[in-house]
Amino acid sequence: MLSSLHLRSILLPCILSLTAGAALGQSATSIFSPAASPAQWEYGLSMLVLSVTLVIFLVVGGLLLYAVIRFRQRPEDSEREPPQIYGSEQIELSWTVIPILIVVMLFLSTTRVILETEAAAKPASALDVTVIGHQFWWEFRYPKYGVVTANELHVPMSDPARPTPTYLAMSSADVSHSFWVPRLAGKMDVIPNRLNTMWIDPWAPGLYLGQCAQYCGTQHAKMLLRVYAQSPADFAAWIKQQQQPADQDLSNNSAAAEGRTVFMHSACINCHTITGTPATGRFGPDLTHLASRDTIASGPVQNTAENLRKWIDNPDSMKPGVLMPSMHLNDHDLDVITAYLTTLH
Amino acid sequence: MANSTPVMEAIDQTIESKRRPPSDVITEWVSTVDHKKIGIMYIVYALIFLLIAGVEAIIMRIQLAVPNNDFVSPQVFNRMFTMHGTTMVFFVGIPVLFGYGNYLVPLMIGARDMAFPRLNAFGFWISAFGGLLLYFSFFGGDGLYGAGSAPDVGWFAYAPLTAKVFSPGNNTDYWTLGVLLSGIGTTATALNTVTTVISMRCRGMTMGRLPLFTWLMLITSSMIFVVVSPLTAAQIMLILDRYLGSHFFDTQAGGSAVLWMHFFWIFGHPEVYVLVLPAFGFVNEIIPVFSRKAAFGYPAMVAASAGIGFVSLSVWAHHMFTVGLGPAGNTFFVFSTMVISVPTGIKIFNWLGTLWGGKIIFTVPMLFCIAFLFQFLVAGLTGIMLAAAPFDWQLGNSYFVVAHFHYVLVGAIVFGLFAAFYYWYPKITGRMMSETLGKWHFWLFVIGFHLCFDFMHIPGLLGMPRRIYTYEASRGWETLNLIVSVGAIFQGVAVLILVYNLVRSYYRGEKAGRDPWDAWTLEWAVPSPPPVYNFAIDPSVNSRRPLWDLKHPEEPDSDYE
Ligand code: HEM
Ligand SMILES: [Cu+2]
Repeated sequence: MLSSLHLRSILLPCILSLTAGAALGQSATSIFSPAASPAQWEYGLSMLVLSVTLVIFLVVGGLLLYAVIRFRQRPEDSEREPPQIYGSEQIELSWTVIPILIVVMLFLSTTRVILETEAAAKPASALDVTVIGHQFWWEFRYPKYGVVTANELHVPMSDPARPTPTYLAMSSADVSHSFWVPRLAGKMDVIPNRLNTMWIDPWAPGLYLGQCAQYCGTQHAKMLLRVYAQSPADFAAWIKQQQQPADQDLSNNSAAAEGRTVFMHSACINCHTITGTPATGRFGPDLTHLASRDTIASGPVQNTAENLRKWIDNPDSMKPGVLMPSMHLNDHDLDVITAYLTTLH
Repeated sequence: MANSTPVMEAIDQTIESKRRPPSDVITEWVSTVDHKKIGIMYIVYALIFLLIAGVEAIIMRIQLAVPNNDFVSPQVFNRMFTMHGTTMVFFVGIPVLFGYGNYLVPLMIGARDMAFPRLNAFGFWISAFGGLLLYFSFFGGDGLYGAGSAPDVGWFAYAPLTAKVFSPGNNTDYWTLGVLLSGIGTTATALNTVTTVISMRCRGMTMGRLPLFTWLMLITSSMIFVVVSPLTAAQIMLILDRYLGSHFFDTQAGGSAVLWMHFFWIFGHPEVYVLVLPAFGFVNEIIPVFSRKAAFGYPAMVAASAGIGFVSLSVWAHHMFTVGLGPAGNTFFVFSTMVISVPTGIKIFNWLGTLWGGKIIFTVPMLFCIAFLFQFLVAGLTGIMLAAAPFDWQLGNSYFVVAHFHYVLVGAIVFGLFAAFYYWYPKITGRMMSETLGKWHFWLFVIGFHLCFDFMHIPGLLGMPRRIYTYEASRGWETLNLIVSVGAIFQGVAVLILVYNLVRSYYRGEKAGRDPWDAWTLEWAVPSPPPVYNFAIDPSVNSRRPLWDLKHPEEPDSDYE
């Protein structure tokens, strides 16, 4: 029994760290592969804290294990009661003072990272984006460029020579949410009636995944986040494209043209905006450049014509609890609306 | 086994309590004001809720075992984690600890009952009613399988999700009223406990000689006054918002979501210590007995526990590192949170000091205490990690946090509780529990615990948020979640073994006698189970270990105080 007791205490941490090591390398959302400054600093601090606590675990755990094994009652013991020890001031003092020193050390390193991140000066070259959390999707606004989009955030990458961090000014339209893209930065809550800010400066182009981290109702699980970091040129091109009107002349695409009419005469426009059309609703995501996005429904569904049709037919079947109602359209209307939406590049 | 001495016989000049006809039994329990019966009712009530909340946990773990699962709907999952958390904290943790407090404190201090026996009964029944009300919600609306109108706003019930616009219907009201009632009961019982310890001690039982469990119940109960009131206040404000049009937390009308968080966590964080301090108390009683040594550094143990209680009142905002408190606020709460690890460390070292040089006997209660020590150590260390705010920005609301607090709630509190079950069962029922079944329970539970909660840390590091009913397969979380779920099922089986053992031993356990463990505190001086009036003559004590003094007159404890 005893040997299995200490086997457990030794083996489990080993298995744990091995599995962890293997897993950490692979995940797209691992906090151990930082790709921006805040995440990098948080990673540095975590390494410090992890090593300090590991040492404490080994020392104290080792002492406990030793005590349990060494001082067990043996059958050959003649005396039932061991000598009594009631305390020792020196020993107790030392195990009070040493932890205090460790705490002070950790506190100082932590404070440094807090200040570096939260009190960093905002450079003039920074990009401002307004983030608005909704049940259960994200709205992103670029005030300087007049661009509004949803669920997929595009930002320029930043390099030391030309730092272009993105500053996110965040608030919520309904309940509290939390913005979390682990490889870029720790999370920041998105709260109604309150403006929170955070910043990210992705070092390399690519897609960074995350998701809402504050329980926000039925579909909290599928409130995902996608951040696309682009080279400055690609980013400028993306902004340019988003500024173009997407609602084109549809005279040579009759299905889409008909879809447009159906759309504008249905309740869709109460909730969605398509710039340049009568649709100016703000309750749901802006659809102006819908076809330029990879996903719909805030991440969980690929943006294909087929999925789009299924979604419009019955959103609840793809994301139960979603706040978009089914419009009860017939097959024909579904087809043409889908045709129209796929033209919105 | 019964280690009786003439003095102990004298303490208990018992009169056989008269047998009653069975029809009276129910009336007897419902109308009882005996602290022992109330204690037992609390414990049984908590055990029933432990099973229910355990089933809820297993439902969640089945759902999360594989990606994109549809075992339950999102709505049902959300109800499950809300009810699981609420039940475990308010209807398992608090009642079971007060159950033991009720049962043991008067016995340990040589009193005949609690200071206010009727208030004591009131406290129990009002809390019990709160639990019943909460669970009644399962029968509303779309019935049991769709989980009725069970609350789905999380045990933290963050504003403004609880506002009428976002939470129509009665779900949130069940949560508010159920918890509010249990809070009233808790406060009543806390008041009773404090008064009892202060004013009902027997001759010679100075504060410096209180058994450590009694000290910890005293500290916990004092904390409850300070921490339950903000929660009650917030709940009343929420009811006003929902029904009378006030706007404390109604952000649509300009209210504040952050205000709720402050109110909630001023209660919610110390609450963790309210639960864990009595568990420390169990361990403080059990480790010395099975190491055959007096508790090492008694004054430091008491001071450290009081220190934990005190500092815990100033750390609540470490649940709010990501709400944008700003650098000054964050730094303050980093400091207060880290400081708590010092008294906590002292407690661990003192337990180590108690083991050191002892003659450790591996009974089932002791096994649970030893596992407790290791697990509490880990819980404390992950706590330090989370106290480093920038690390918490990453880990907060992730599965790492779920793993961390279950290390505290299960690894420490539930393990302490299991130790207490085996240790005091003979006193309460007069029968021993089966050690063989106990070892099965222990090993299955320990293995299940580690499979479940060790591995649960990793998905958090890999970016898995909590309170999600499903996840995609591509994130690298799936194998880990499967292991975690298997571990949860192991623990479920282990608890069933415990329940079987509890019932079986009641009828067939070996007779215990008054002092089966050769222990030192006063409750072991009375017969098992104790008579209604506890002590036939008022006891008097000269040291922290009165029964040691009786059994070892050549080496009395009082010389060392
Ligand atoms: C076998 C034992 C247990 C298992 C497998 C288990 C499992 C879980 C799971 C899967 C969650 C949901 C996590 C999430 O999505 O946020 C959870 C949440 C929680 N558990 Fe447990 N749990 C166990 C025992 C306990 C105990 C003993 C307590 C307290 C005494 C407890 C208190 C909580 C709390 C407070 C929450 C948070 C609920 C919320 O998010 O609203 N659990 N548990
Ligand atoms: Cu959200």
